Amino acid sequence: MKELRLMKGNEAVAEAAIRAGADGYFGYPITPQSEILEYLMAQKPYETTGMVVLQAESEVAAINMVYGGASCGKKVMTSSSSPGISLKMEGISYMAGAELPALIVNVVRGGPGLGTIQPSQSDYFQATKGGGHGDYRLLVLAPSSVQETYDFVKLSFELAFKYRNPVMILTDGVIGQMMEKVELDDQVPRSTREEIIKACPWATTGKTPDRERNIITSLDLDSAKQEKHVLKLGAKYDKMEENEVRYEKIGCDDAEYLFVAFGSSARICQKSMELGRAKGIKIGLLRPITLFPFPKKPLAELAKQVKGMLVVEMNLGQMIEDVKLAAECRTKIEHYGRTGGIIPTPEGILNALEQQIIGG
Amino acid sequence: MTREEIIKEENLVYKKTALFTDKALSYCPGCGHGTVHRLVLETIEEMGIQANTIGVAPVGCSVLAYEFMDIDMQQAAHGRAPALATAIKRLNPDQYVFTYQGDGDLAAIGTCETIHACNRGENFTIIFINNGIYGMTGGQMAPTTLPNMKASTCPYGRDTKMMGNPLKITELVAQLPGTYYVTRQSVHTAGAVRKCKKAIRKAFENQKLDKGVSFVEVVSNCNSGWKMTPVQSNKWMEENMFPFYPLGDIKVPQV
Amino acid sequence: MAKVQGAIVINIERCKGCEVCVDICPESVIAMSKAVNGKGYHYAEPINDACTGCTNCAVVCPDGVITVYRVKI
Repeated sequence: MKELRLMKGNEAVAEAAIRAGADGYFGYPITPQSEILEYLMAQKPYETTGMVVLQAESEVAAINMVYGGASCGKKVMTSSSSPGISLKMEGISYMAGAELPALIVNVVRGGPGLGTIQPSQSDYFQATKGGGHGDYRLLVLAPSSVQETYDFVKLSFELAFKYRNPVMILTDGVIGQMMEKVELDDQVPRSTREEIIKACPWATTGKTPDRERNIITSLDLDSAKQEKHVLKLGAKYDKMEENEVRYEKIGCDDAEYLFVAFGSSARICQKSMELGRAKGIKIGLLRPITLFPFPKKPLAELAKQVKGMLVVEMNLGQMIEDVKLAAECRTKIEHYGRTGGIIPTPEGILNALEQQIIGG
Repeated sequence: MTREEIIKEENLVYKKTALFTDKALSYCPGCGHGTVHRLVLETIEEMGIQANTIGVAPVGCSVLAYEFMDIDMQQAAHGRAPALATAIKRLNPDQYVFTYQGDGDLAAIGTCETIHACNRGENFTIIFINNGIYGMTGGQMAPTTLPNMKASTCPYGRDTKMMGNPLKITELVAQLPGTYYVTRQSVHTAGAVRKCKKAIRKAFENQKLDKGVSFVEVVSNCNSGWKMTPVQSNKWMEENMFPFYPLGDIKVPQV
Repeated sequence: MAKVQGAIVINIERCKGCEVCVDICPESVIAMSKAVNGKGYHYAEPINDACTGCTNCAVVCPDGVITVYRVKI
């Protein structure tokens, strides 16, 4: 019988990190995610598992602490919210270039700029199309419940080390702040030095006589070598597209219309589906769980089946571009969303479907 | 005795440390970087800690330090080395950890990371090469460029009204309780090199005590950036840099 | 005090001709060559037998190209 607890999304991130055997968390306060750092400091895992928890002097410092820790083969992470994630972009690009495993949690708030502290989903582009400079991708997981938020922390570390790439959990202020029951799993012990050296022979653990020195860098001034390196990164992202796509389909078998939504928007869409079906409209929902790699294949399939798709996201229309690409514009695809921190209502979403897709 | 009779293995008194890789140093002729690299590596060799040392290289002329030092190293983004080192040391307290940084890296873009690592009293060593100029990018003004000193972005000399005064970051961090040992050295004469070596050795040994940051500034030349010969640059440094950045211990632990 | 005699060996190809060692030597053993090495630098070379093996030149050399030997005679 697993331990059950009523938790806030942010707290679930912190609890999951401790239980997954994370070695370090480096963060900085910003609304709506400061509870992650606060919870960790209150739990004092440095006294139980030996996990390092540090409030850094800035988000920039924090991501560079993650770089340093990840370079040693340690399980390290940071979290922030939109403007703070912008600050981390240099560090994230460096980590992708240097092939470092780590978790970055973005509890998205309204932007651009200082924006608002209320939720939004307007960091989709930033998370999936770069944000930082250069040819790289983040593997991006979008939870839509507190349980998923919890589960994705351990999964993120596994994927990060599998691909030697930073992984992002893209959640939002709704999920970060709401409370739901969570099934917790047992404590995983932190890796020993021997385990790290075995699992991460590339890490800087101290040059012993039996091997060459390990260098962690993203710099190569020799163009031929740098091209080879970038192509290698590209091959990694191709592998992610082959193997790591995750999504959920609800009510799609007989769907004539489709909602496409992630995170908290997907939850609201489920209510809209209920309302629509009660009126006789056959609506389904495709919920991408990985935003990169994007579920192109199921969308391409559904595009042949449905008469139209409404992409519901709390922004001006970001994921809709990937939906259109995946669907190859075979069907009518429109966007509905609220911005500025306003959450769409189930009725508002259904109304938009009726106006923009069915009627329009 | 003939030269051939003297040059025998048993008569060897000094050679470059084996902890250098085979790669030729990419620094300009006469640049102090090479000397300081050697002192750091000699220290690591003599302490027997090659397998227990992790270094962090900056952005600057010494961005490629990891090509020359036969130890595990990480390349940091510009200014961020103390953040990397903070995590490395806290996650691996038994490792000797050092950052190796230039003046732009440590005292311009990295000022926040430098001050806060020192303020937290991290248990690692900071080696700070101060040559009052941005060497790698072609000789621009640095936070430590002297008043009236010329550089490519202050071609008429540093105008303190427009551009501010040089930043004495070493004196600043010495005021923080988190710094344990703060010193300013140079490597332009044999005597200075030997003193600097002692300082670097102390800065590494201090990590056994876990009492805070050991901060070693090395006032050094940049003959390319200053547009002089190496010998001229050392003389210019004595006459101009040392009066502004006086050599010696700034903070030593009270016994 | 025993008399000492020293000798230096310079890695000609790694010398960058910075000349810092020349004035550091208390016995004026070192001068810059007329020839150049593979990189086009005039390199340092010992020009007499007055070396005492004090290691000052080797210690100050930024590229560590000098190896020093010393015997008591």
